[in-house]
Amino acid sequence: MIDWFQKLGRSSLALFERLGRGGLFLMRVFAAIPSLVPRPRLVIIQLYSVGVLSMMLIVISGLNVGMVLGLQGYNTLVDFGAEESLGQVVALSLVRELGPVVAALLFAGRAGSALTAEIGLMKATEQLSGMEMMAVDPMKRVIVPRFIAAIISMPLLAAMFSAMGILGGYFVGVGLLGVDSGAFWSQMQGKVDFYEDIMNGLVKSVVFGFVAAWIAVFEGYDAVPTTEGVSRATTRTVVHTAFAVLGLDFILTALMFGSV
Amino acid sequence: MAELHDDALMVKIRDLRFAHGARVIFDGVDIDIPRGKITAIMGPSGTGKTTLLKLIGGQLAPSTGSVLVEGEDIHHVSRDDLYRLRKRMSLLFQTGALFTDLTVFENVAFPLREHTHLPESMLRDLVLMKLQVVGLRGARDLMPAELSGGMARRVALARAIALDPAMIMYDEPFTGQDPITVGVIMQLIRMLNDTLGLTSIIVSHDVHELSRVSDYMYMMAAGKIVGHGTPQELGHSGSEWIRQFMGGLPDGPVPFHYPAADYAQDLLAGVSA
Ligand SMILES: Nc1ncnc2c1ncn2[C@@H]1O[C@H](COP(=O)(O)OP(=O)(O)O)[C@@H](O)[C@H]1O
Ligand SMILES: [Mg+2]
Repeated sequence: MIDWFQKLGRSSLALFERLGRGGLFLMRVFAAIPSLVPRPRLVIIQLYSVGVLSMMLIVISGLNVGMVLGLQGYNTLVDFGAEESLGQVVALSLVRELGPVVAALLFAGRAGSALTAEIGLMKATEQLSGMEMMAVDPMKRVIVPRFIAAIISMPLLAAMFSAMGILGGYFVGVGLLGVDSGAFWSQMQGKVDFYEDIMNGLVKSVVFGFVAAWIAVFEGYDAVPTTEGVSRATTRTVVHTAFAVLGLDFILTALMFGSV
Repeated sequence: MAELHDDALMVKIRDLRFAHGARVIFDGVDIDIPRGKITAIMGPSGTGKTTLLKLIGGQLAPSTGSVLVEGEDIHHVSRDDLYRLRKRMSLLFQTGALFTDLTVFENVAFPLREHTHLPESMLRDLVLMKLQVVGLRGARDLMPAELSGGMARRVALARAIALDPAMIMYDEPFTGQDPITVGVIMQLIRMLNDTLGLTSIIVSHDVHELSRVSDYMYMMAAGKIVGHGTPQELGHSGSEWIRQFMGGLPDGPVPFHYPAADYAQDLLAGVSA
């Protein structure tokens, strides 16, 4: 029993230590951001590898999720004769929840893990040390451009996910199951509110993007510089981002939509 | 060595103490690195040669003692001054530490792009000149993964001299290279040192190469300097350390065994457990 408490104590200490280090790291990131203003090219290069290369996965997943939503939504709605509302159901689920959350989870798996592995390997192969010895701050040259690129990419990818999902729902609902096309779009237009739904969804995706970016670059920079260390850091990025996104999603949903 | 005037010293290390956690790496080390010379620091693997170079470069901080680079205490200067000093020195990592996502050309161009605002045509000429020095002008479009170990080190060397530093530190430049490459690298180190008026520090355990290329040698073991002198002086000295080192004997003052409990007791401990 005492053993158990000891373990609990030790792991909570470790957790807080890690949070503290992550916080300090974030301060250093913020302090280095102004140095990028004259060099936007560094961010643009990263936007390609972080954002553009994640697009394929997001597009295909969004389409799939939307198609499934269309199918499931139709089967439920048709019992109440409310299949006209399919557009609204699909759009709301995507814009409010699935877009930001699933896009963030996919983003962590596709781009976050790659960022951690890349930075961790640069550390393990002494490329970061080498940069420091060349009087170049790796924070400014390596970390911050990737961080910013990830923060910019995530909301755009989430929006893309939602848009593709709506298209997927349309294909299934209107194309296959015969829902009226006009009703599909007009119900959606009527019931999806710009501030309530779209803006709140956007806020979520911005928050998730920030957290995913922070975790990915921190884990890479903080990785134990060995093969094993980098592999563990990469796993941690995916797992921690998933937990953080799901936990934050509940809190944000409660604040935004809930009467909790 | 006769006490040199401070102006003649590129690096002056006094009473350096440093530990990795509980493991003491340096226990009171004094080293003088004279300007314009090649100084070798020799020691078996794990004595802290890489650590020493990182201490000189200001990447690690000693627990006590001082490291003066061109008269400035590298561990007590501002960040701007540290970066200014680092532009005057280059560290050639054992692995080369080339940027794997950049071509050979871009690797050499990297410090120039970061620290100067040269027009592209001038930058190109400079990079090609540096690559020409190490004989790899033709390899400019290759990626680091396409280079042999010796070529990677030469590219790293070209990058190290890109900003015309005053000092280059070589971390085990010969280790794992074939005899021809070793010869090439030795010749490059000597040539760069003499034609560019550099100060060079080589850390390594390759005694024979070091005694051929260096002007002055330090021997390090167990956290201390155990001998120093010109290669000739060391070759004729009677020290046991140096005999073990020069002769490549497995056991001697540098023990073969990592510190451990008594062998018999250790074996018997398994019986009673
Ligand atoms: N980051 C570190 N943490 C703990 N111990 C380390 C670390 N880096 C090196 N060491 C230990 O310090 C000693 C000296 O390392 P190093 O300077 O790399 O030796 P050398 O370059 O002479 O082979 C080694 O025994 C190594 O195990
Ligand atoms: Mg070493």
